[in-house]
Amino acid sequence: MSWFTKTIEEKKPQKKALWVQCKKCSSHLWEKEWKDNLNVCPHCNYHDSITSRQRIDLIFDKGSFTELFDNISPVDSLNFVDLKGSYKDKIEANIRKSGISEAVVTGHGRINGIEAVTAVMDFRFLGGSLGSGTGEKILQAANFAYEQGIPYIVFSASGGARMQEGVLSLMQMAKTCAGVARLNKKNIPYISVLLNPTTGGVTASYAMMGDLNISEPGAVIGFAGRRVIEQTIGEKLPDDFQTAEYLLEHGFIDAIVQRKDMKDYLANVLSYYNR
Amino acid sequence: MVVATGVKAPASKEKKQSRAVKSLSAWEIVKISRHPSRPVLQDYIQLVFENFVELHGDRYFGDDNAIIGGFATIGKQKVMLIGHNKGKNTLEHIERNFGMAKPEGYRKALRLMKLAQRFNLPVVTIIDTPGAFPGLEAEERGQAESIAKNITEMANIEVPIVSLVIGEGGSGGALGIGVGDRIIMLSNAIYSVISPEGCASILWRDAKFAPDAAEALKITSYALKENGVIDEIISEPGEGAHTDYNATGAAVKNTILKNLNVLLQIPTEKLLDERFEKYAAMGKFAVD
Repeated sequence: MSWFTKTIEEKKPQKKALWVQCKKCSSHLWEKEWKDNLNVCPHCNYHDSITSRQRIDLIFDKGSFTELFDNISPVDSLNFVDLKGSYKDKIEANIRKSGISEAVVTGHGRINGIEAVTAVMDFRFLGGSLGSGTGEKILQAANFAYEQGIPYIVFSASGGARMQEGVLSLMQMAKTCAGVARLNKKNIPYISVLLNPTTGGVTASYAMMGDLNISEPGAVIGFAGRRVIEQTIGEKLPDDFQTAEYLLEHGFIDAIVQRKDMKDYLANVLSYYNR
Repeated sequence: MVVATGVKAPASKEKKQSRAVKSLSAWEIVKISRHPSRPVLQDYIQLVFENFVELHGDRYFGDDNAIIGGFATIGKQKVMLIGHNKGKNTLEHIERNFGMAKPEGYRKALRLMKLAQRFNLPVVTIIDTPGAFPGLEAEERGQAESIAKNITEMANIEVPIVSLVIGEGGSGGALGIGVGDRIIMLSNAIYSVISPEGCASILWRDAKFAPDAAEALKITSYALKENGVIDEIISEPGEGAHTDYNATGAAVKNTILKNLNVLLQIPTEKLLDERFEKYAAMGKFAVD
């Protein structure tokens, strides 16, 4: 289920600022300094979100990335209308504002020379929610990795299953995991990188099923929403609850890697794939 | 632009059967699916199965009463039976956590599915849960990981799996034991990505809009059959399953046996290929 429903069109247009304020420590930074540091705060190491394109540029060797399955986009199959309007309108607005047609970009390329297939989720598109088109692209990329015998890396950033597609979204959990199951059977490595935030049905499917689960500092990773849990158990939760550090401590992720080191880290672990 | 979909045209017979369901609103069906007298797993163990041998524990942490399982016999067919059990009264509800399972419940379920594979027994899963338990300890022990693992491993379990939703199919908590070769629903059962109340509080900013959310989410058996999510609907007698336990039990027994008989004829490799294709075809999206 999706926690994050604030979509891009709801944000008020802002004047272009020359400086950026860190969402965590409130430090002020020149925009260029912020961008040069990959949207990571140099003072508190807060890892702010980056777009799927920025992620691809960061991880894949220059000019090596080929996008696949970019002809897939969502449809409003349930004619879903809520208080704020129709899902159909939301789809159009999100495509227009993000410049991508689904909440994930798929393709293949090289990481320090090592070939990999990838799916990179984009939180800007409907909160990175897992809909039918998202699931289709993640499965198709897994199938491509399966057929080519190439390692698969999924970067997740998602509020969970997309409510506006009902149970069809829920079934994408089974669909994507069926792809992971086939990779497992053929001993093809699958690395999951869980970015801020990875929650709900995405955590409860492919994002937790990596042969390696990797994260960035401070990323929120969880199943149920913090507020829902607090209401259920009637207690306040610890501050670090559902952070990457908390999951590392409890044995669910292999490593927390700084954004600037992610490319070399991935290339290094993939270099151990000895088939 | 074409719309890709795995949907088959619904049979006209089922259209007729579900007319009664269709005349009720989605919210009325939600209320029937949660009716306090509605038969739960322990009733079906009496009505449909014989010789239930309950097996306990996940071998890691503990035993979860919200999901139970064990050997059982239906007709002449021996199976592994796994399902959510909500309980029948307040005491039982509390003991069974209202059918909301924790990681140890999902891990027990997976252990029993692998045991079924070892014993070459088909698996029958019975779904009836508001959702996986949202608690601190459940998160700590890997609620998400346990569900993810079940969903992934069920794709490769080398025996037939029949899943039946008898009441509430609550999101990931339901899917965690719900990846089957056949997905069947009782006509007044629901299956949803999020509870209508949860959806209403997010998208309508108020849980009191749950009836609107229930309608929009298309969570009834009839809507799900139309969308290609489920394979079959079992018509409930009269006003609902709670009005006639015996008739409901007989219909459930016939339907499970009929589907098992078909699935047991399929060679394992073909069964797994068809299971993969079934889920690969789920969803509706546009292709330019």
